[in-house]
Amino acid sequence: MRQLAAAALAALTLGAAPRSGFETMTPELQAMQRDDLANPGMLYVADGEALWAQEGCGSCHAVAAMRGVAARYPALDAASQTPIDLTDRIAQCREARQGKPALPPEAAPMLALAAFVAHQSRGMPLQPDAQLEGARRQGEALFRERRGQLNLSCAQCHDDNAGRKLAGSTIPEGHANGYPLYRLEWQGLGSLQRRLRNCIAGVRSEPYPPGAPEYVALEAYLAARARGLVVESPAVRP
Amino acid sequence: MARTLLRVPATVTRGEVVEIRTLIQHPMETGFRSGENGRMLSRDIIRRFTCLYNNRPVFEAELHPAIAANPYLTFTLRVDESGILAFTWEGDNGFSQTETRTLTVA
Ligand code: HEC
Ligand code: HEC
Repeated sequence: MRQLAAAALAALTLGAAPRSGFETMTPELQAMQRDDLANPGMLYVADGEALWAQEGCGSCHAVAAMRGVAARYPALDAASQTPIDLTDRIAQCREARQGKPALPPEAAPMLALAAFVAHQSRGMPLQPDAQLEGARRQGEALFRERRGQLNLSCAQCHDDNAGRKLAGSTIPEGHANGYPLYRLEWQGLGSLQRRLRNCIAGVRSEPYPPGAPEYVALEAYLAARARGLVVESPAVRP
Repeated sequence: MARTLLRVPATVTRGEVVEIRTLIQHPMETGFRSGENGRMLSRDIIRRFTCLYNNRPVFEAELHPAIAANPYLTFTLRVDESGILAFTWEGDNGFSQTETRTLTVA
């Protein structure tokens, strides 16, 4: 009996391929994401393309070299030996390599640049950086830790109750393969960290301060957890 | 200039009914929300959309504060002759933008 239960559990955890949030959206929203002339995220990708030229990113990078980059972030920063996400990398190029003032991470120009870079990897499978094992473990622990007045962990919603309803919304598996993405509720493009703050505040817990290492740790775990999914940026979500 | 995404078929057959899709980047600020300092954000919406085909109005819409950001409007049109479609969005704070596309009857 116990053996059977163990086998069933193994089948569940090993056999279940991750399902993108795309799969649980309405056919109308799926159509909106698929059609580049209806997906509002494409407006921001076009902004990012213009900024790429304007900001001189092209003087060091060919756009073609950006293909596949977003699929392997967060990644280990060789110089500091710390995990950084795509936004951190773009900020590093601007500040350290171009000597420009920092852009607020959630401001329109940074989101647009990240959307343009991430879009180059659309359709490519996620390739989580194997060097981030430490961050991934920390992220997994955070994912399983109960928090907030509601005393819920990420896993209780996104592993145990995925596919069920939370008020009007379907709880997705919580994969991060489409960011930055256009969320109808936000009426705009938003980052993964914004999504994470929303989920943390949703259980009435205090979000980590901006730039806290916990975000990148969670992102590293989310990337490993979503292995097999492809980049959808810019995705559309309700 | 606001960014737009327009779907207009390049060539059509005479008498064909075609679907036109338009999307424009605009915040559609309702005028009912308060900003970070607690003050009301003033209204900033698109109020009117018109589509002229060879200078003849073929579609018009009035927009209101409850319409989401980046309004997406689609409509159908029967095409009897080649010509120019002119899309105009007008709104608060003097917002006005026109985009044109050519439709060719093959
Ligand atoms: C002065 C040259 C220079 C400029 C200008 C520059 N970068 Fe970079 N960028 C680099 C270098 C060098 C690296 C590699 C860093 C490393 O791997 O440690 C890099 C790495 C990156 C990466 C990660 C690539 C990867 O394979 O992991 C991205 C994304 C990126 N840059 C985006 C940008 C954007 C967006 C801009 C414009 C705002 C920009 N860069 C401007 C030099 C530059
Ligand atoms: C109370 C249940 C709940 C908890 C706890 C929760 N989330 Fe979520 N999460 C949701 C719901 C519901 C959505 C989808 C919202 C929507 O689209 O309307 C979501 C969306 C997401 C998404 C976006 C998925 C996509 O397809 O874009 C990610 C990533 C995510 N959550 C991660 C987390 C992480 C990490 C935690 C823990 C820090 C967490 N969530 C905690 C309910 C929860």
